[in-house]
Amino acid sequence: MATLVIAEHDNSSLKAGVTNTVAAAHKLGGDIHVLVAGSGCAGAATAAAAVAGVSKVLVADAAHYAGSVAENLAPLVVGIAKDYSHIMAGATAFGKNLMPRVAALLDVMQISDIVSVDSADTFVRPIYAGNAFATVQSSDAIKIITVRSTGFDAVAATGGNAVIENIAASADAGVSRVVKQELSKSDRPELAAAKRIVSGGRGLGDGDKYRAVLEPLADKLGAALGASRAAVDAGFVPNDYQVGQTGKIVAPELYIAVGISGAIQHLAGMKESKVIVAINKDPDAPIFQVADYGLVGDLFTLVPELTAAI
Amino acid sequence: MKILVPVKRVVDYNVKVRVKADQTGVEIANVKMSMNPFDEIAIEEAVKLKEAGVVTEIIAVSIGVTQCQETLRTALAMGADRAILVETTAEIQPLAVAKLLKAIVANETPQLVILGKQAIDDDSNQTGQMLAALLNWPQATFASKVTIANGEAEVMREIDGGMETVAIKLPAIITTDLRLNTPRYATLPNIMKAKKKQLDIITPESMGVDVTPRLKTLKVVEPAKRKGGIMVPDVATLVEKLRNEAKVI
Ligand SMILES: Cc1cc2nc3c(=O)[nH]c(=O)nc-3n(C[C@H](O)[C@H](O)[C@H](O)COP(=O)(O)OP(=O)(O)OC[C@H]3O[C@@H](n4cnc5c(N)ncnc54)[C@H](O)[C@@H]3O)c2cc1C
Ligand SMILES: Cc1cc2nc3c(=O)[nH]c(=O)nc-3n(C[C@H](O)[C@H](O)[C@H](O)COP(=O)(O)OP(=O)(O)OC[C@H]3O[C@@H](n4cnc5c(N)ncnc54)[C@H](O)[C@@H]3O)c2cc1C
Repeated sequence: MATLVIAEHDNSSLKAGVTNTVAAAHKLGGDIHVLVAGSGCAGAATAAAAVAGVSKVLVADAAHYAGSVAENLAPLVVGIAKDYSHIMAGATAFGKNLMPRVAALLDVMQISDIVSVDSADTFVRPIYAGNAFATVQSSDAIKIITVRSTGFDAVAATGGNAVIENIAASADAGVSRVVKQELSKSDRPELAAAKRIVSGGRGLGDGDKYRAVLEPLADKLGAALGASRAAVDAGFVPNDYQVGQTGKIVAPELYIAVGISGAIQHLAGMKESKVIVAINKDPDAPIFQVADYGLVGDLFTLVPELTAAI
Repeated sequence: MKILVPVKRVVDYNVKVRVKADQTGVEIANVKMSMNPFDEIAIEEAVKLKEAGVVTEIIAVSIGVTQCQETLRTALAMGADRAILVETTAEIQPLAVAKLLKAIVANETPQLVILGKQAIDDDSNQTGQMLAALLNWPQATFASKVTIANGEAEVMREIDGGMETVAIKLPAIITTDLRLNTPRYATLPNIMKAKKKQLDIITPESMGVDVTPRLKTLKVVEPAKRKGGIMVPDVATLVEKLRNEAKVI
């Protein structure tokens, strides 16, 4: 039994969730191999070889892997799938885009977004926005799995010493190309992996106020910034700030929800946080039902006060 | 060109579901059901493409129980031209949904299939990608803007670090994200008209597709409850608690 982890990377380094996915692979026992497919991705391959517990890194380096398009990556994964009992990737935009395509080509069902491994064929996954957890058993020969990173504590990114092996690239499908990418630039920690998050909702009013009120607090805490869907829809912040059922799932040590009411869909993305603080002027806001510490009042006075006090 | 839009009947997003006492699933008897919100967005996009003269016919498809006809009527009232129900009471998992849709694509030969990025009940986020694989078509998931021209779809996608624009050759699969559009409400005259539109009913058996589930649900449980928190009177108390009790700052 061996598990293949598909690495998400930017050619020079690994994305934060990879070490959580490797942690999930550890729960299965058996060898762990990592696939790094990219264009000029030697740096990412070296990083993968250093991850604790990985025994082999497979590298496929070709120009048509540059944009990580699923049409090109899926045949590559399918080509080496027979050597593995399990193939895993993070439940990120990358993994969600790629893995179902791999699963269908192998004629197997994907097990989406697992938060726990019960045995080699049995896994736990949230359904209905995390209001229920289903234990599911797969009868397929190869298990194709996406892993929710908050369910597994990351393994060490260093200390490993895996062999690196180059493999042949699959053909360019030639049906899709990346025209451009507009990535949000930020010196803050990555939202999905941050230890502290300051998150704002519709209560902030507009984008300028969102930044004026929340950025100083986030700066002081070294926190990432997040948002509710309402704040993203209203254009306060870019889409990749959205926390929730249909945005990012986070579980930091500290989550500060400011001017967020606490809709089911928002709670689905943050209620596994260790400590939740809610600041809202409405004492009946549902967010207080999941908050460890609730503070009722006007965010425009309370947040600057909090920023000054820490 | 023709466009196919699969729509799923799900528990309404406002309903907080309850897990059944015998742990076999969630209680869906007598709860409000609606069209999956991402599928409303998919229908809206199809109707816009038709209004723009890019699309000539919109076919809505649903797979599931008899009551899925209501969901299809909603799609017809929003602007779909006709509908197909693949009627079954069996549990149909995404791989099987994709296989059934593939068979319908073979009959109807659409140039585009627009699906939701995820259904808000099972949250699998896989059907569109699976259908793309089975058809060997390109895919653009999590779309927030779609432009069709010269046999290609240019699609802006919501990805983890921001936005990405891809160009894919038609025929192709697109899955919708939240900000692609704001779905219209069906007007009363359109709801009346929708009752007269064609709705065909077929079965998985008649299509020769094996829909046997590959995943078995062993049990469904409630999440662990968070232990109750406290309200603090002021910022000073909050900071003191975060420092000395929670020890997170
Ligand atoms: C298919 C679907 C998917 C969705 N996915 C997500 C998702 O992934 N993530 C998500 O977040 N939502 C999601 N939603 C939306 C969700 O249902 C809510 O609409 C959204 O979370 C509300 O955002 P909000 O709390 O910022 O806004 P509101 O609900 O409007 O709450 C604003 C809050 O700010 C408070 N407030 C206002 N002014 C002040 C002030 N001066 N001081 C203090 N407090 C103040 C108010 O009391 C209120 O509680 C989804 C919805 C659907 C249908
Ligand atoms: C305990 C449990 C019991 C269940 N019981 C049943 C049951 O009795 N009956 C049942 O039907 N399902 C049942 N399901 C759900 C079923 O197993 C599948 O998971 C589900 O139908 C498809 O997954 P998804 O909707 O999350 O797919 P996603 O990949 O998230 O869906 C993405 C998109 O695919 C399209 N799509 C998906 N399904 C359909 C559909 N049926 N018709 C048209 N378009 C579709 C839509 O455009 C949708 O937006 C059950 C699930 C669980 C956990």
